[in-house]
Amino acid sequence: MDLSTSVEQDQMVDAFTSLYTRHSSSERVRAAEPLGFDPDLWGQLQQLGTTAMAVAEAHGGWGATTLDLALVAEQHGRFVAPAPVIEAQVAARLLAAASSTSATAAEALAAVLAGERLVTLALHPAVGGRAGLVPAGAVADAAIVPVDDSLLLVQLAGDGVRRAVGNLGSMPLADVDVGVAEAAGRVEELASGATAAHLHDAALDDWLALTAPALVGIGARALDLGVEYVKERKAWGVPIGSFQAVAHRLADSATALDGSRLLAYKAAWAADEEPGRAGELAAMAFAHAAEASRDATYRSLHFHGGYGFMMEYDIQLLYRRARAWANVFAEPEVAYRRAGDKRYGGGA
Amino acid sequence: MDFREHEDAAAFRAEVRAFLDEAMTPELEERMYRTGVSHDDELNDALRARGWFAPGWSAEWGGDELAPHERDILYVELQRADAPMISRGTTFAIARMIEHSGTEEMKREILPKAVRGEIVMVLGFSEPESGSDVAAAQTRAVRDGDQWIVNGQKMFTTNGHIADYVFLLTRTNPDVPKHKGLTMFLVPLKQQGVEAQGVFTLSGERTNITFYNDVRVDDRWRIGEVDHGWQVMTAALQDEHTASFGPRIDRLVAECEAWAASTVDAGGRRRIDDPEVRGRLARAAAEAEVATLLLGRAQWMNEQGHVPEAEGPMSKLYSSEALERAAQDLNAMLGPDALRSYLEPSAPQGGRIELAQRFSLGTTIYAGTSEVQRNIIAQRGLNLPR
Repeated sequence: MDLSTSVEQDQMVDAFTSLYTRHSSSERVRAAEPLGFDPDLWGQLQQLGTTAMAVAEAHGGWGATTLDLALVAEQHGRFVAPAPVIEAQVAARLLAAASSTSATAAEALAAVLAGERLVTLALHPAVGGRAGLVPAGAVADAAIVPVDDSLLLVQLAGDGVRRAVGNLGSMPLADVDVGVAEAAGRVEELASGATAAHLHDAALDDWLALTAPALVGIGARALDLGVEYVKERKAWGVPIGSFQAVAHRLADSATALDGSRLLAYKAAWAADEEPGRAGELAAMAFAHAAEASRDATYRSLHFHGGYGFMMEYDIQLLYRRARAWANVFAEPEVAYRRAGDKRYGGGA
Repeated sequence: MDFREHEDAAAFRAEVRAFLDEAMTPELEERMYRTGVSHDDELNDALRARGWFAPGWSAEWGGDELAPHERDILYVELQRADAPMISRGTTFAIARMIEHSGTEEMKREILPKAVRGEIVMVLGFSEPESGSDVAAAQTRAVRDGDQWIVNGQKMFTTNGHIADYVFLLTRTNPDVPKHKGLTMFLVPLKQQGVEAQGVFTLSGERTNITFYNDVRVDDRWRIGEVDHGWQVMTAALQDEHTASFGPRIDRLVAECEAWAASTVDAGGRRRIDDPEVRGRLARAAAEAEVATLLLGRAQWMNEQGHVPEAEGPMSKLYSSEALERAAQDLNAMLGPDALRSYLEPSAPQGGRIELAQRFSLGTTIYAGTSEVQRNIIAQRGLNLPR
């Protein structure tokens, strides 16, 4: 096992960290609420090639590995950046995969790479013609939505197609009415049957593999804030971090987050290097990171005492997003079942 | 970053597994369980014959110089097979201390025998009144010319009843702060005044209380300076804190997978096709994966010349707690049949799943309790105040 990063990876992570430091401060994150989208940040990220990097060179992108994207996603999480980076990357990869058989996909991909369109992905199939809580659905131009046996590209502009949903994580979620879009002639099919199912499943693997490190980033930042706070805050004349009731729970979080980070890196690495286990590892990494970040944000908030409950302190931003970013997919148990399906074959 | 295994790893693992399948006979497993002794001369001989007994030891001392991936795979597979290797583990750990802090004479006398498995050495740190607080040891050593006279008791001296030497932590100066009055000795056990009394544990392993009554020890058996035993101990504990139980979780998952693939529920569905069973197995498998990665990181840091001060304890803490969680949860998953004991003919998977639950409890206690590991992680990893 070699855990060293390359010089190029270090430079890439530095570039994103410095961009997020400048354009995703907690003031900016708050200012973007409740929608959870900062158009200026999004523009800066596009200039840096955030979406293009995810797409293979053969399809006109920059061909970053999934591990490269995971390293960036971790920083994205640390800064709880109000921009749908992961959804856009995953959707662009799906369009690239579909582009050889679908002119619609090829056109949409070209527009995405030109920075003209923001395309996102519904994580769950539409039920009764409605896709609920589509990530970035409130700000994207189009969403890729599984409907019955088809995978559809749904244009989101127009009356009654989408409705933004206020939510725990201040994320740009929307319910999308595919029926209304269809009636307005704003729906095109990207794929059908087994191809559609396969494309969406692979995109979900990607989403889980990249959301896992983002959740690690959220948890790690929460841990940093908690550690900083308990070193300063005194009770009975000593820093509260000297109490084992406090220190041990933070030590547990540090351990769980380090483990989650390693598993997320391995899952992302496997996406390119060990595809046979990639889906299983992605779901595992997501579930593990979801629980580790959930626990770290809770503990950190709790050890802030009453201050943790105040909107003014940053820990609440992390607490809400750790839960919301993960639960847009499902609770961790569902991800573990998915990992089981990948491990043992066939959906049960 | 690269998580790929060495290209020869799969072949070597298959070779080791085939060897262990043959060596770990039902008779040996039953004997281990009935006597509780984690030491077997026959298995040690067989390992030596393969050149697998002393990986990581230089040929100078009679070691088997294996490639790093072979060493790592052996470590994992021996643990996974529940091979009786505790005596080898403590002997090698103490041999490392001697290599590090012992006199040249002691190295020449002890290391070749230890590395070839001709002697067994055991740990003598814990006492009836001190465990995690290692430095509170009360066993006294008093100088008498060029000898020392030792009096006291040690707890959990595993294999103490069959061992040749104990690596003994003693108090040589009771009048200074506790860390400053300690001295380490390698005490020959087969002599007057030493007594071992068996202590039986939840997983069947036998350990001992050892008693030391006016035991005479030549000064040449001292390791490190008088009253500077704590420095020797610190290095010894560091090694212990990188231990990992990941292979145990792996084995437990494999047993439960075999159970789930070979049994059906009341509705006739194979249990492995039940989403809940899949979810529970996948959770344990994920935690096994994380345990393996945390150990791999600590090993990687060592290879890079960094001391995994907090990372070693993370590996020990996570893997032992995850084993305990997995054993608890997977026993619950098996339902009432999980109650059937180890070696009971009707037990699922020969009762290994039941045994895992009992075995797991010790792992969060010995080699530094979870609480001690958390203290280290908090202080060295997070820089929290004491």
